[in-house]
Amino acid sequence: MKISHHLDDATLMARAAGALSDGMTLLVDSHLHWCKTCQTKAWEAECIGGELLSDIQPQAMSEGSLDSILGMLDGSEEVVAERAVKVKGSAEVPEPLAQIVGSDLDAIEWKRLGPGVQHYDFNFPGEGACRLLRIQPGVSVPHHTHKGNELTMILRGSYSDDVGRFCQGDVADLDEEIKHQPIVDTGSECICLIATEAPLKFTGIMGRLAQPFIGL
Amino acid sequence: MTAAVAIAEQKKKKERDAWSDLLASLSETRSKVDFSRLYEHFAPRVKAYIIRFGMPVAAAEELTQESMLAVWRKAHLYTRSKASASTWIFTLARNQCIDRLRREKAVEYELPEEEIDPDQRHYGEHAVLEERMSGAIAKLPEAQAQVLYLSYYEGKSHSEISEQLGIPLGSVKSRLRLAFSKLKAHWGEEE
Ligand SMILES: [Zn+2]
Repeated sequence: MKISHHLDDATLMARAAGALSDGMTLLVDSHLHWCKTCQTKAWEAECIGGELLSDIQPQAMSEGSLDSILGMLDGSEEVVAERAVKVKGSAEVPEPLAQIVGSDLDAIEWKRLGPGVQHYDFNFPGEGACRLLRIQPGVSVPHHTHKGNELTMILRGSYSDDVGRFCQGDVADLDEEIKHQPIVDTGSECICLIATEAPLKFTGIMGRLAQPFIGL
Repeated sequence: MTAAVAIAEQKKKKERDAWSDLLASLSETRSKVDFSRLYEHFAPRVKAYIIRFGMPVAAAEELTQESMLAVWRKAHLYTRSKASASTWIFTLARNQCIDRLRREKAVEYELPEEEIDPDQRHYGEHAVLEERMSGAIAKLPEAQAQVLYLSYYEGKSHSEISEQLGIPLGSVKSRLRLAFSKLKAHWGEEE
């Protein structure tokens, strides 16, 4: 897989810092699973965390805490067999995503969202949205802006927008300043994972009409 | 670099290496004495980090215990050449915080435990690079250090930082990117 659009450094830092929503974490981990370039940077971003940890002003633990943990060590050995068996990923589904939806995109329970668009909503609690979108050729997602960051990762097919062309494994890592209108640019459908920090805002009359309906 | 600073950094590097060596040997020795030493050094730091992450003190204490218990249980997953003890323990503590917040949101689903097979995970060429970073963080311009702290210490999202500081989201991200590239540039020098 040739990946040409990567995660923003700032996103990898947020991942390392534990500051991403669940949906965005899932998307970032999915990209990392396929992308060595970003894995290296993700590691570097974690090293910053390690450095900050060693520089932090320590807070004394309460008395007896060492004794109490020493008492817990025996019998706390990790039982490997107890671990849930991991669902294997596939050519179209990176392993972290496969844990939730399985490894076959066609077997997902898609719901119709509008003409030429189906979706699967993860319904993660908390801020932001996370869903899979399945878009038929030639269909464009209404013009929209978003408050906060938006991440999109392509799993099947491709699309183009003002920023460029996105193929399997590519990530569009955008913030609110970018207004864009992606369009599926080949004869085959496009399936992507999309995660936002906050709900999307559609712009223009089409957007206002589409918003309550698409509800992204 | 003045001689005093050089000596201080040298000393810091030695200490860091010592902690990493001790942690690396833990899976073999299963020594409770060694674990106690790691605990005395790291637990108060982990606790400070978890408090800054926004946890009440009592919960922070409990999460610190869980994090340090994870150090004991998962010691066999630590690879000395790939990360310093501090970085590895940071990720364990961070994961404890994330898991706790997730449980508090009363979730019925579970995200897969983020634990890429340590052998398959692609690390930087030399974990040694990370040793060059310590001084660099202190040298960051105030504006960049501020967003770095808000992100890493307090776990704030880019949008939250943007709101708190009253600056555009794009500025938060560009400051973080600048900080990242400066820290990386610092790793590269003094080869
Ligand atoms: Zn990448």
